Amino acid sequence: MATRTQILKLYKEMLRESQKFSNYNYRCYAFRRIQDAFKDSKGLTDQKIIRKEMEYAIENLAVIRRQIVIGSIYSSEKLVIENQR
Amino acid sequence: MFRLTRNIYPTVSKALFNRATPTESGILILVQGSKNFSSLADNEKFSLKHEEVGRPLYFDAQATTPMDPRVLDAMLPYLVNYHGNPHSRTHTYGWESEAAVEKAREQVANLIGADPKEIIFTSGATESNNISVKGVARFYAPRKKHIVTTQIEHKCVLDSCRALEGEGFKVTYLPVGPNGIINLEELDKAMTPETSLVSIMAVNNEIGVKQPISDIGAMCKSKKVFFHTDAAQAVGKIDLDVNKMNIDLMSISGHKVYGPKGVGALFIRRRPRVRVEPIQSGGGQERGMRSGTVPTPLAVGLGAACELAQREMAYDHAWVTKLSQRFLDQIYSRLTHVIRNGDEIETYPGCVNVSFAYVEGESLLMALKDVALSSGSACTSASLEPSYVLRAIGTDEDLAHSSIRFGIGRFTTIEEVDYTAEKTIRHVERLREMSPLWEMVQEGVDIKTIQWSQH
Repeated sequence: MATRTQILKLYKEMLRESQKFSNYNYRCYAFRRIQDAFKDSKGLTDQKIIRKEMEYAIENLAVIRRQIVIGSIYSSEKLVIENQR
Repeated sequence: MFRLTRNIYPTVSKALFNRATPTESGILILVQGSKNFSSLADNEKFSLKHEEVGRPLYFDAQATTPMDPRVLDAMLPYLVNYHGNPHSRTHTYGWESEAAVEKAREQVANLIGADPKEIIFTSGATESNNISVKGVARFYAPRKKHIVTTQIEHKCVLDSCRALEGEGFKVTYLPVGPNGIINLEELDKAMTPETSLVSIMAVNNEIGVKQPISDIGAMCKSKKVFFHTDAAQAVGKIDLDVNKMNIDLMSISGHKVYGPKGVGALFIRRRPRVRVEPIQSGGGQERGMRSGTVPTPLAVGLGAACELAQREMAYDHAWVTKLSQRFLDQIYSRLTHVIRNGDEIETYPGCVNVSFAYVEGESLLMALKDVALSSGSACTSASLEPSYVLRAIGTDEDLAHSSIRFGIGRFTTIEEVDYTAEKTIRHVERLREMSPLWEMVQEGVDIKTIQWSQH
């Protein structure tokens, strides 16, 4: 059973990892998507669904970690919008 | 040995990086320096300064979309270790590839409510369209020699029809209204007992208009005419169900749904069976309709992209709607004489095609160097001719020349939209300031009444 602390830990970990994308668009999308997905699932009470969502999130965390590595190997120049700040 | 290389690699890249930084800052200083030279107020207004450094923002989601990292993640194993030919039936390499391809087929089918057996993999929507249009027409040629399509189809459908005309087929190119939508009565009148196929795209690539696919499907079903829809721009973005909408053939593109380039799919209905004459002869893969080895990694990528699109459709649609509304609000609130091409409501919001009157589209594209934009489809972006889609919806020649397409997608951010809107407004104002026509409009002269002397 997934406890509240476990979920929060996963959430924070995913957000932290998503910030490591070297591509601006992927980074922003991942951050926004993770936030919204956890917010949407906040009201879930069915343990079975919660477990399924957790598994999906853990799977995605692994994807993010792998894709960060690939993205950093083939990173490109920054976008104009990133250089502005 | 491995550890050695691992240690060397970062140092080398670090050295490269270090070397790159001084030059970069050099550019920065130079640009800042040149800023001081042109401090005259007049120059300021007309100058085309590009003080920003970096890659342009991507606003061309109709041309192609970036691949979703989750899609690449699904594909990579098949580019690294699982290299088998999916049609090899005698060993594990073949079996695992085949399993992956079949899973992808199911994922594509699920997205459009089809049966996996009705999906064949192709090289892209162009090939799917060719197989559909030419394949159906040629197969039923002995009895039926008429095809109905529209004037705003994609080039590959129109060119396939042109090729068929050369073979003696009759083709009706339906006109569209000023909003870009076809008239169902005209379609009804155009269909004859001779008609074998109606081909109408679901979402237009240039103006984003959605056609009434359900109504067209029902009409075609009642007349027993096959209905093909080019859904390259629609799949994964709007709800499509081949059974509810009575679609007999549907073209799908991989790289418009955040999948890989070079792969697409074609849905061909099995009951009632639609038969096509294959264009490519060969080993008889994909039920003989498209010979050639199915590229496992690409098919897997398309499948993963379709599954993601299904999962994310509502979320993406809400996001894209929000962004396009935000963009249009900013443009409309600060600029006048801006016309959105296409229907107001029956439109996919991610495709914003607007005409800025009294501004030449190409100059605006040049000025907006730090935003990747296009004035129409990528296929025709090399020519300066106004697009045939805009001509078909009756846009005036001058407005057709001043249109720009803003493509918003899954990975577009609010900051990018604000930046682009700001830049667009600034440059439209700047270009209008320089235009004598704009000056006359401001003075209240109706441009249309002017008699231009001919030379």
